[in-house]
Amino acid sequence: MAYRPESFFEDNNVRVIAGKKAEKLMPKEKQVLTEGSEILPYDALCVCTGSRPLLPAFKGLDKVSKCFSFIDLNDALRLESAVDACSRVLIIGAGFIGLKCAEGLSGRAAKITVCDLAPIVMAASLDEDASAIVAEQLRRSGIDLRLSDTAESFEDGVAHMKSGRDIAFDVLVIAIGVRANTELIAGAGGSVGKGIITDSGMKTSLDSVWAAGDCVQSIDAVSGESGVLAILPNAAMQGFTAGRNMAGASDVFDKSMRMNSIGLFGMHIMSAGITGDCIYSEVSGSGCRKFFAKDGRLCGFIMTGDVSRAGIYTSLIRNRVPLEGIDMRQLAEYPSLLLFGTEYRKEKLGGLV
Amino acid sequence: MKRVYVNEEWCLGCHLCEYNCAFANSGQRSMVKALLGKPVVSRIHVEEGGGISYAVSCRHCKDPVCLRSCISGALHSENGVICIDKSKCVGCLTCVLVCPYGAVAPGPNGAALKCELCLGNASGEPACALGCPNKAIVYEDRR
Ligand SMILES: Cc1cc2nc3c(=O)[nH]c(=O)nc-3n(C[C@H](O)[C@H](O)[C@H](O)COP(=O)(O)OP(=O)(O)OC[C@H]3O[C@@H](n4cnc5c(N)ncnc54)[C@H](O)[C@@H]3O)c2cc1C
Repeated sequence: MAYRPESFFEDNNVRVIAGKKAEKLMPKEKQVLTEGSEILPYDALCVCTGSRPLLPAFKGLDKVSKCFSFIDLNDALRLESAVDACSRVLIIGAGFIGLKCAEGLSGRAAKITVCDLAPIVMAASLDEDASAIVAEQLRRSGIDLRLSDTAESFEDGVAHMKSGRDIAFDVLVIAIGVRANTELIAGAGGSVGKGIITDSGMKTSLDSVWAAGDCVQSIDAVSGESGVLAILPNAAMQGFTAGRNMAGASDVFDKSMRMNSIGLFGMHIMSAGITGDCIYSEVSGSGCRKFFAKDGRLCGFIMTGDVSRAGIYTSLIRNRVPLEGIDMRQLAEYPSLLLFGTEYRKEKLGGLV
Repeated sequence: MKRVYVNEEWCLGCHLCEYNCAFANSGQRSMVKALLGKPVVSRIHVEEGGGISYAVSCRHCKDPVCLRSCISGALHSENGVICIDKSKCVGCLTCVLVCPYGAVAPGPNGAALKCELCLGNASGEPACALGCPNKAIVYEDRR
């Protein structure tokens, strides 16, 4: 289950020190202190510490014997061995991680309940219409959804809900979000907000220190707001930029944006960008397609069901292409390169890109 | 590196490229066996409208946004050819969400579907280009 092929590090002349935590960053000395007090000197450093699950202080949570996060492979393996065909599982959080967890457990547990304080599922990326379609799909697949409700306190085996109801469970999963691991930079006096603050070349406020991925806070290219946009495409492109700049380049990466693509019980759900003026909306039993614009440009879309060629829309958002001269209704109904003109196609389909 | 290029003005809109692609990637020896009564699973598609038609398949970009965005490491480059390791693909379709050309498609068994230039199948080089009657699709080195 490795992301990279086995030979990747050797091929690229990289020494990996696995299983050791970087404890302290000493920017003046240009050194990192690891667990076990090994000193690692650097000329250029990149901090890619990712994020960790948010675990709020629910009353009585310490009494729950089988409580899990759903972040890394170890979490998944431990959860798998804690669940059997008789288990009743309660998942707190109906975001991507909670719902992916529900899908993974489906068929392995007797009952799966997912609750969320928000009135809709995946509230961070979907609107009411799309969310209702996804919720219906989840219910059809046997998931017991409890929206606008969450656990307030626990005893082992029982969650006392905000609504006053009790939910009995054997296994608890908490999936309410992640928080950036910023301690190394903060501890060294670097700028940190919700994530590590960097410039558009991924350089932190500390000399010779860069950062990338889930641990950083970046400007959303679409909304202009600063926040943690913890998805892999942003992480990978930020990391690439940081790496090049550490080697002396002056690259800029200013295209971080929100986007999500997920399959749940055979249904595909995608969203990108942000909502704005809705310029196209099609909602039916089988799916939904909605497009949003701001300042004459496409700023977001949400779709469920048929997601073919959605990248054509994403690139309009990412590259801030003016919609002037593009028949958005036609493009919404049939994503293709037809409306971009012969010259554009000649360059893209007839040239090296 | 040789890539597939499209000469739009020569495209007849015959869709033969889609059939040749589906056959070449079917692993079957007979085109009839591969395609008869089955949905055409093709890695190239023809777009048409207003008297224009042209085929679209993976551009094998120099800086492939699909590869950078792949959450499982399934998409990778083999000397510039962007390939997909189906055993690693989790079917999240982030590649479909980011390809600016609409050239990566949701595949029939969950994994994403994309052109790998037929380098790994019996055709050996792009079947779409080999079979294009009007040379609207060519396989060559352009700079
Ligand atoms: C269940 C789940 C599903 C997801 N699904 C998607 C999806 O469908 N699409 C998508 O785009 N994104 C998805 N994500 C998010 C995606 O996984 C992250 O955006 C991505 O992994 C971020 O990469 P990263 O390198 O910044 O951080 P990580 O992948 O988290 O890597 C950080 C690494 O740093 C190590 N580390 C941390 N602190 C230290 C330290 N002090 N010393 C040494 N090592 C340290 C950690 O052990 C870890 O290995 C998902 C996440 C989860 C949890």
